Amino acid sequence: MALYTLVIFVLASLIFFVHAIKRESTTILREAPEMVVQRQLAGRHELIPIDYIEKIRSIRGVDKVEARLWGYYYDPVFGANFTVMVPETKQLAPGRIILGRGVARTQRISTGDMVTFRGATKASLLMTVQEVLDYQSELVTSDLVLVSRSDFQELFNLPQGHATDLAVTVANPDELATIAAKIADRLPDTRPILRSEILRTYESLFDWRGGMMTVILFSAILSFVIFAWDKASGLSADERREIGILKSIGWETSDVLLLKFWEGMAVSLTAFLLGTNLAYGHVFFFSAPLFEPALKGWSVLYPEFRLEPAIDFLQLAILFFLSVFPYTAATILPSWMAATVDPDAAMRT
Amino acid sequence: MIYHPAILSLLTASTIISMMVLFAGWKGLLILRCWDLKSGSELQLQMERSTYLVSTILAYILFFHLISLFLYIFTADDLHSMFVGAMCAAGSLNANRFGYPVLMLKIVTCICAGVWLIINHADSQGYDYPLIKPKYAFLLVLVPLIIGETSLQFLYFAGLKPQVITSCCGSLFSAGAGTLSSDLAALPRVPMEAALVAVLAITCLGGILFLKTGKGGYFFAAASTLLFFIAMAALVSFISIYVYELPTHHCPFCILHREYGYVGYPLYAALLGAGIAGMGAGALMPARQQASMANVVPGIQRKLVATSVALYLLFGLVTAYLIATSALKF
Amino acid sequence: MIRLANVVKTFNSGKPNQFTAVDDVSIEIRPLNLTVLKGPSGSGKTTLLSLIGCMVRPSSGRIFLHGIETRFARHNESAGSFEITSLPERFLNEIRRSTFGFIFQQFNLIKGISVLENIMLPAYPTGENHTALHQRGMGLLERFDIKRHAPSKVEWLSGGELQRVAIARALINNPSILVADEPTAHLDSRLSHEFMKIVSELKSKGKTILIASHDPIVYDSEIADTVVEMRDGRITGRGHEE
Repeated sequence: MALYTLVIFVLASLIFFVHAIKRESTTILREAPEMVVQRQLAGRHELIPIDYIEKIRSIRGVDKVEARLWGYYYDPVFGANFTVMVPETKQLAPGRIILGRGVARTQRISTGDMVTFRGATKASLLMTVQEVLDYQSELVTSDLVLVSRSDFQELFNLPQGHATDLAVTVANPDELATIAAKIADRLPDTRPILRSEILRTYESLFDWRGGMMTVILFSAILSFVIFAWDKASGLSADERREIGILKSIGWETSDVLLLKFWEGMAVSLTAFLLGTNLAYGHVFFFSAPLFEPALKGWSVLYPEFRLEPAIDFLQLAILFFLSVFPYTAATILPSWMAATVDPDAAMRT
Repeated sequence: MIYHPAILSLLTASTIISMMVLFAGWKGLLILRCWDLKSGSELQLQMERSTYLVSTILAYILFFHLISLFLYIFTADDLHSMFVGAMCAAGSLNANRFGYPVLMLKIVTCICAGVWLIINHADSQGYDYPLIKPKYAFLLVLVPLIIGETSLQFLYFAGLKPQVITSCCGSLFSAGAGTLSSDLAALPRVPMEAALVAVLAITCLGGILFLKTGKGGYFFAAASTLLFFIAMAALVSFISIYVYELPTHHCPFCILHREYGYVGYPLYAALLGAGIAGMGAGALMPARQQASMANVVPGIQRKLVATSVALYLLFGLVTAYLIATSALKF
Repeated sequence: MIRLANVVKTFNSGKPNQFTAVDDVSIEIRPLNLTVLKGPSGSGKTTLLSLIGCMVRPSSGRIFLHGIETRFARHNESAGSFEITSLPERFLNEIRRSTFGFIFQQFNLIKGISVLENIMLPAYPTGENHTALHQRGMGLLERFDIKRHAPSKVEWLSGGELQRVAIARALINNPSILVADEPTAHLDSRLSHEFMKIVSELKSKGKTILIASHDPIVYDSEIADTVVEMRDGRITGRGHEE
C-alpha cells in the first residue's frame, strides 16, 4: 500500500512536472520572434553584420527585422553562467541593469544596489540594478541580465556594426517557410530558425527527458508489479480459510471475485488519490525538489519558482495506465485462484 | 520513436492487454476442444472455473480498452506540435499510415469486447452453458484483433518522425481530398441530416416494436448497426461543422476539447454504448431457440434494446441541441 | 426430497493417490425427517454431506431434487424433480444458498467481524435489501438469546454461544434443509444435549435435518428418524426409529 502510493507519487510528480514545464516553455516561447536569422561560420554561430537587416527587409513579405544582442557571461566568483541580453522593448540607460531572480539571489543584491561585471577588456563595469524581474516564468528568465546596448558592446568588446542575430517578423505567418527559404537562398551563410521549430525541439526535449525518466522508473514499476503479484498470490492461511468459509456458506466464485475487485479498487483508489495529491503538492507547491536537477536546465542557477498548476485528463490517464493498470492486471490471476477454492474445503479441515 | 510518457503508457497497456487476451484465448481453445458438461472430471471442473477467469479478464479488457481509446486520441492530440502541419489529433494520426487503422481497430475491439460480455452475461444465466462454443469461438476472433491492434500501435509510434509534414483536419477532412475521411466530409449535409433522422427514427420504431411484441430483433440489430455508422459519418460530415461554427472544419477530434465544452464525450459515449447494446441484442437472437435460454434471453434483449434506443435518442438530442444553439445557420 | 442414485466421488482420479470417498451410494433423504449419517471418521460421511449439499459434483451417478423451487428450472417443474448432477457451479450455489443451511464442525465463523455480520454473510450475494436482512438477523439472534452479542466480535464468545451463532447463520436464508457435519465434536455433553434440543425444535418447525456424526448423543437421540451407517464410502446399514 505504502509502496503503491510511493510509485504513484513518483510517477505523478514526474508527469505533472514535465507537463507543467512544457507549458511554461510554450508560454515563454509564444513571445519569442517568429523567426530568428543567425549567421554561420564554419558551422558555428557567428556575429551577424547589421547590413544584413536591409537585405532581409527587401524580401517581399518581411514586415520587420530587428537586431538582437545577447550572450553569456561567466561569473568566476559564483561559478555561474548568466544570459546577458539587450532588451528589445525596454529602453535601458547606460550603467543600469535589470536582473533575473536567480542572478539577484546568487549575488545577494536587490534593486538600487551596485554590481560589477568584469569586461572583456579587463576594465570592470560598475552598474546599478534598476529592477529584479518578476518570478512569472522564471524558468527561462532566472539567469537573465538585461543591459543597455552600449554596455553590452563594452562588456563583450563587440565589434561595431554587428549583432548576435536578427529577429524577423513576417506580415503573413503562412509565408514563414517560404520567406525562410528565400533568406537561406539569398544569404547562404545564414540559418533561419522558426519559432515553431524551437517549440518542437523544446517539447521533444522535455518529452524525451520525461520519457527517459519513465523508462528508468519502469524497472521500479516492474518490481512493484511483481510485488503486487506476489502479495496477491501469497494469500495468508487466514485469508484462504475465510474465502473457504464464504464459499461453503453459499458464496459463489463470482461473488468472491467481486469482493476481491472492490478490495483492489479500494487499495488502488486510495493509493492513486494519495499519490497524486502528494505529487501535486510536491510539484506545484514545493517545485519538485526531487527532479529539478534531472529535468531543468544545466545552469548552476536553478530557477526557484512555482509552476503553474496544470493537470488534465491526459496526465491522469497516463498515470493510471502506468500504475493502476499493471497492478490490477497482476492481481487478476491470483484473486481468481483464491476465489476458486473448493466450497467443501472448509468442511474437510 | 518518441519517448513521450503517454506513448510509453499506451504501449504498456496494450502489451498487458494483449498478454491477457492471449491467455484468455488459450483457455478458450482448451474449452472449445475438451468441453463436456456431462463429465464430472477434474479437467471439466477446471475449465468451468476458468470461464470465470476469462470473463473477468474480458471485463477488465473492455474497461481498459475504452480508456486507452480516449488516451490514444489524447496522445495524438498532444503530439500534434511535433509535426509540421498538424493542428490536432487528426494530423498526428496521419503522420504515418498506421495511425488511423489503429484507431479503427481500437473502436472495433471495444465493440467486440462489449458484445462478448453481453453474450457471456446471457450464457451465465443458462444452466447448461448453452452459448459456450459460439462464445469462445468469438473470443478467438477477438484475440488476433487485439494483437493486431497492439502491433500496429507499436508500428505507429515507432514510425513517428517529428519532422514529417502531415496534413491536418483542415486538409484531411475537407471535401475533395480523395481519402476516406475527406469522402466522409464531402457527404452532402442535407441528405446526411435526412439519413440520420430517418435511420434514427427507424431504429427507435424498430426498438419500440421489439419491446412491445418481442419481434423484429434482427431488424433492430441491423438498423442500429447501420445507425452507428451513419452517426459516425454524420459526426464528420455535419455535426462537427455546427459545433465549430465553421462550414469547412470537419474534424471529429476537436470536439473532445475544452473549447467545445467536451461535448464529444457524451456523443461518443452514447454512440459506443448504443452500438454495443444494439449489436449485442442482435447477437443474442439465435440463443432464443435454446431451451435453457428461452425465458432468459428475451428479458436481456429488452434491456439491451431499451438501452440502445435511449442512448441513440440521447445522441440525437445532443446533436439537435448543438445544431439549434450553433451560430452557424444554413 | 433428495435422491441419490449410484453416486461415486473419486478424488485425484488418474493419479497414484486416487481414492474413492463415496462409492456407489443410493439414498433418499425424506422431507421433515432427521437423518443421521453414522460412521467412523474417514468413512465418507463428510463427502456424502457435501454431495447432498450441492457443494461438489459427483464423479458419476445422479442426484435428484424433488419439490424444490428454483428460478431457472421453472420449465421442467412438471416433472416434479430435476437432476443437479451437471449443473454449473453458479446454479448449484444458488440452490445451495436458498435450500441448505450449513453448520460446520469448527463453526467456521469469520474472525474480526461482528456476530451480526457473520450471521448476515450468507445472504450478501443474494443482493437482498440490507434493512430487511438486518431485521432478520436480529430476529435470529433474539431467538437464540444472543442478541446482546450482536456487535461483539466472534472471538469474544464462549463455545455455546459460538454454536448458536453458527446455527443462526445457517438459518439466515430460511433454508428448508439443515446440514450439520459433526456439530457436537467440540462440545461437552451439556452443550451437545442443548444442541439436540435446538435441532428438535427446528425439526418441529418443519425443517429437514441431516447430521453426520459419530457421537452417540446424536445418533442414539430419540428424535432421529433414520440412521444411516457408513464405512469405507459405502452404506453398511440403516435403522429406522419410526
